[in-house]
Amino acid sequence: MIAAKSVGKRFGSPENGLTAIESISIDIAEGEFVSLLGPSGCGKSTFLRCLAGLEQTTSGTLLIGGKPIDGPPDRLGMAFQRDALLDWLNVLDNVLLPADFRGERKRDYEPRARELLKMAGLSDFVNTYPRGLSGGMRQRVAMCRSLLLDPQLLLMDEPFGALDALTRDQLNIDLHRIWVQRRMTVIFVTHSISEAVFLSSRVVVFSPRPGKVIEDIPIDLPGDRKLAVRDTADFAKYARHVRGLFESMGLLHD
Amino acid sequence: MPFIGAAVFIGIWEAFCRIYQVQPVLLPAPSLIIEELAQSPLWFAQQAAYTLGITLAGFLAAAVFGGLFAVLITEWKILDRLLFPLFVALNSVPKVALAPLCIIWFGTGAEPKIAIAFLIAVFAVVIDTILGLRSVPPDTIDLARALRGSRWKVLTRIKIFCALPHLFAGLKVSMSLALVGAIVGEFVSSQRGLGYVILSAQGMFDTPRVFAAITILAVLGVLLIESVSVAERLALPWHHSAERPQGH
Repeated sequence: MIAAKSVGKRFGSPENGLTAIESISIDIAEGEFVSLLGPSGCGKSTFLRCLAGLEQTTSGTLLIGGKPIDGPPDRLGMAFQRDALLDWLNVLDNVLLPADFRGERKRDYEPRARELLKMAGLSDFVNTYPRGLSGGMRQRVAMCRSLLLDPQLLLMDEPFGALDALTRDQLNIDLHRIWVQRRMTVIFVTHSISEAVFLSSRVVVFSPRPGKVIEDIPIDLPGDRKLAVRDTADFAKYARHVRGLFESMGLLHD
Repeated sequence: MPFIGAAVFIGIWEAFCRIYQVQPVLLPAPSLIIEELAQSPLWFAQQAAYTLGITLAGFLAAAVFGGLFAVLITEWKILDRLLFPLFVALNSVPKVALAPLCIIWFGTGAEPKIAIAFLIAVFAVVIDTILGLRSVPPDTIDLARALRGSRWKVLTRIKIFCALPHLFAGLKVSMSLALVGAIVGEFVSSQRGLGYVILSAQGMFDTPRVFAAITILAVLGVLLIESVSVAERLALPWHHSAERPQGH
């Protein structure tokens, strides 16, 4: 579905610019859950933004469905670190925003929006403004919004980065369940090792800037995961391996 | 609380005038001003209504045209570069100096006064609305682009709402400036309105009447600003919604 061949991205002028990513090559098949894992500022978000058509690559080729990206692709869902909810719309209208922006009638999508909100446990907050929600609830609303048009590709840029640990665990479980049910392709940017291993079918580890792929690790854990999977020996093995990569890059010291 | 401050101020003023027996032509006591107002309340009300009408007309014109101008300038870069420097240059001209011109162009009716009120009030609306339209958070811009919204949708669903708090800040300033503009207009040429009352009473050294008109102006100013605040609360319910519940 996604084919990246030595993709690079520079900001600014050739002599006085900043190389965010350098020569990234990954192939991602349909239905995979791929985490991009790396230290802050390593260019993983930049790569995601290139996939979303929000930035243009400066070298290499980046194809989605065999075609070069010339803008945000069709049937794209996107989630941001700060949930980007619109304060002046209530929860239901926030979830309906993708339909509205596409020029569809909101009424046609309302049942689906309500169903998604019900699944997220937010049925009682349909008419609430985002201001009245906690951080975790807001991020759930944002997740419902990104799922409204049943995306084929879901791009998530550290969506749970600003949440407390408990809320984050819960949203990890929710996201995993949704992915198991719908099997859309998910690209998930994070800097949490356990989050990446828990959620993904593949973890791609990035080096510090300029970002390069250090290792591409398939995660062979059970398909339908419970949180308890984090206590298993296999999970610990993957986490230890990734931590080892970070140590060898000089990013972690004991 | 604000009333206590005003009451103390008026009390000291009254006591000062009585103890030192200040001549009313220099500084009339508050009681004298109230007496003046009570003698011909209907006449004062008519003058105030005239000034209020001028102020509101100038303010509304400033709000509508200022808002539209801000949208045009932020939506089309070419208009921004063509018109904004001109606009700033025009604003640097003291508007009071344009008042006599308005008389030449619009005669001596209500129109020249509305024009002056508009000219003085419009700048604040334009500047604050432009600021607001450009205050969309980067994440929200990314969201809009990822959803492939048309420019019209982005403007009407996102930008305008981001601009509203700024717009209302501008409207409050522009409301008080519109009142200033109305009075300036009446100073230059008028047979009616509070500005005319002040000018004609001053000509006859009728200081209590001058103060009576100023008192009405002060009250009017407070009420007008307060009405913009009420409109703001009604228009932006999401700014004042419920407390955050606990949990996730």
